Amino acid sequence: MRILIWILVALAGAVGWGMLALSRGEPISAAWLVLAAVGTYLIGYRYYSRFIADRIFGLTNRRATPAERLNNGRDFVPTSRWILFGHHFAAISGAGPLVGPVLAAQFGYLPGTIWIVFGVVLAGAVQDFVILIGSMRRNGKSLGQMAKEEIGPFTGVAAMLAIFAIMVILLAVLALVIVNALRGSPWGLFTIACTIPIAFLMGFWMRSWRPGRTGEATVLGIALLFGGLVGGQLVAASPVLAPWFTWAPLTLSGALIAYGFVASVLPVWMLLAPRDYLSTFMKVGTVVLLAVAVIWEHPLLRLPAITRFVDGTGPVFAGKLFPFAFITIACGAISGFHALVSSGTTPKLVRQEQDARLIGYGGMLMESFVAVMAMCAAAVLDPGIYFAINAPLGSLGGTAQSAADVIRTWGFTVTPEAIDQLAHTVGEATLLGRTGGAPSLAVGMATLFSGAFGERLIALWYHFAIMFEALFILTTIDAGTRVGRFMLQELLGHVWAPLGRTSWYPSVALASLAVALGWGYFLIQGVLDPLGGINSLWPLFGISNQLLAAVALCVGTTLIIKAGKARYAWVTLAPLAWLLAITLTASYQKIFSPVRRIGFLADAQAIAADVAAGVTDPARGARLIFNDRLNAAMAAIFVVVVLAVVAASIPTWVRVAAGRKVAPPVEAPMVESAYAG
Amino acid sequence: MPDEPTWRRSLGRCLTAFRQVVGMPDYDRYVRHLRLAHPGRPIPSEREFFELYLKARYGEGPTRCC
Repeated sequence: MRILIWILVALAGAVGWGMLALSRGEPISAAWLVLAAVGTYLIGYRYYSRFIADRIFGLTNRRATPAERLNNGRDFVPTSRWILFGHHFAAISGAGPLVGPVLAAQFGYLPGTIWIVFGVVLAGAVQDFVILIGSMRRNGKSLGQMAKEEIGPFTGVAAMLAIFAIMVILLAVLALVIVNALRGSPWGLFTIACTIPIAFLMGFWMRSWRPGRTGEATVLGIALLFGGLVGGQLVAASPVLAPWFTWAPLTLSGALIAYGFVASVLPVWMLLAPRDYLSTFMKVGTVVLLAVAVIWEHPLLRLPAITRFVDGTGPVFAGKLFPFAFITIACGAISGFHALVSSGTTPKLVRQEQDARLIGYGGMLMESFVAVMAMCAAAVLDPGIYFAINAPLGSLGGTAQSAADVIRTWGFTVTPEAIDQLAHTVGEATLLGRTGGAPSLAVGMATLFSGAFGERLIALWYHFAIMFEALFILTTIDAGTRVGRFMLQELLGHVWAPLGRTSWYPSVALASLAVALGWGYFLIQGVLDPLGGINSLWPLFGISNQLLAAVALCVGTTLIIKAGKARYAWVTLAPLAWLLAITLTASYQKIFSPVRRIGFLADAQAIAADVAAGVTDPARGARLIFNDRLNAAMAAIFVVVVLAVVAASIPTWVRVAAGRKVAPPVEAPMVESAYAG
Repeated sequence: MPDEPTWRRSLGRCLTAFRQVVGMPDYDRYVRHLRLAHPGRPIPSEREFFELYLKARYGEGPTRCC
């Protein structure tokens, strides 16, 4: 009977993929996409994750977890597995799985979907799961600590440096996504600005007025948040107030940098914790809503399965399908960042060892499903509209007419009236050239939601979607700046001890400022970039995130080999090899490609030629050239760090596998669990 | 509390689950843990617990992802 059900699941998935494969030409329903994805996830979960759990690590509920042994009622707490699944999912999912697929939709919906679904089953979920198991069996050690103890001190430092550099790029690119969504948008800006006083109010509520009443504070916060959403419409309609909230990109960037700095030095309870509660709640709620809307409506996908831009000439970002589709969709298929969460809060909460399968592997499947839905939301848009929103202003020209003309040369028809009409319907002055994925995702989501829950509210749904994205990006910005500060202080502490003290105020302020200005520099660079900063920064972020995943897979491989299961090391080695292939190709092209839109150095050369010809102002040219070289250097640093980690790992693998080196078990000793049996 | 109505107990259970998913502090659980595991140890006030908890939760390392 069981077997029959699994055969049916497999058949359902196969039918889904079959429909996707056979429907060239005419638009098909999103339902097939969802069916194909879910069928594949279920098969992967049932067979592959069980193989990893049983054959490689021998997960057993008889072994007590750190949550049971070290239970302190605070951070080590045995937690029911479905609750922890929700918690872990909320912690790993953010803007990445939503934005990446929307950008990659320029290749059509099919290539991205294939990578999201198969990438997660064979690579992303494997990484999260293996690191979760490793950390869980080591009392919740972090990725950096495991790299140091299992491979070597050098690898530990390299991992830490990599994490810091990635954080800087991540914060810059996410901030750029917000800037592009909120520039010249009084409604959006007002709603987002409201979240700051709301968070303060919640902070004081749960600390001073009604200590510990976090639930009350959150309900209040959510109510006020919706008030801010509705209020934004009134602000945008008011001729007096609207100019106050209509900001230029540079002003917005300055404000975001200042916000990141201030938020990271304020006490956690005042801003970070309340924001975190709000955004987690909104995230889980909206993802559920989106799933309901996609399944209920199963709309037609109007974007072609594959577009002509697989040849590398795409307007959203430059570069061919291989490798750029695979680094643009970072988080939905595999994300190195998750290794930090899987070796952070989550391993300290797992109640029984076998729960780790649902939490680690299953949580990542859920994230991939979010990415599939984001892809659906982008693909329900009219292709012409999709490109009008996502191509940089530089290539579209400033008016709906010029944009429609340019888009026609790409082979998609859209009328200028349709572009203007859509902007008007969602309550914005213009949607042209709003790169970064968030606005087109918001239009897609608003289309789905208003279809499922009420046509007339489309403007409200659009701004709801923008708020939902901006809310958790801002949370990432203040949490990220704070974490960057801890890391920088730890590094600086080696130079001069007082700088490492996290309670010494001057050091805290100095380190926070340095981190905020660090990502702020890349943000401003992106805002000033004539090609639109997403084109240069998002690939850089994708490369760094995938390279962190490569570091995590190196650690995972070491764990497997040290456990005496070298014959199964391909489980992590195969994804590692694939990641190295795509990231090294992508970095090489980003640095050395002769095509100006792809290669940083080629762009620097072209600008130098423009300056010499008198087309570009020399001071501006010098700055653009410096930025190009800086980006090339960042890409080079990522590559060097990762190759060093791989090079340092291989000798350990070979020696342990050949039996020449005895691998001391660093796992915490086995203690019988009281929960078993 | 055996005479508590069922709906209140289910509501309480829902709220606890919600708190755990979002990652909020749970004072009652902490007090229960202390009474059980370390009887005799002084029990911090709700506000002290709140601060201890936030320190453990946001003290080090990333808690959020991209």
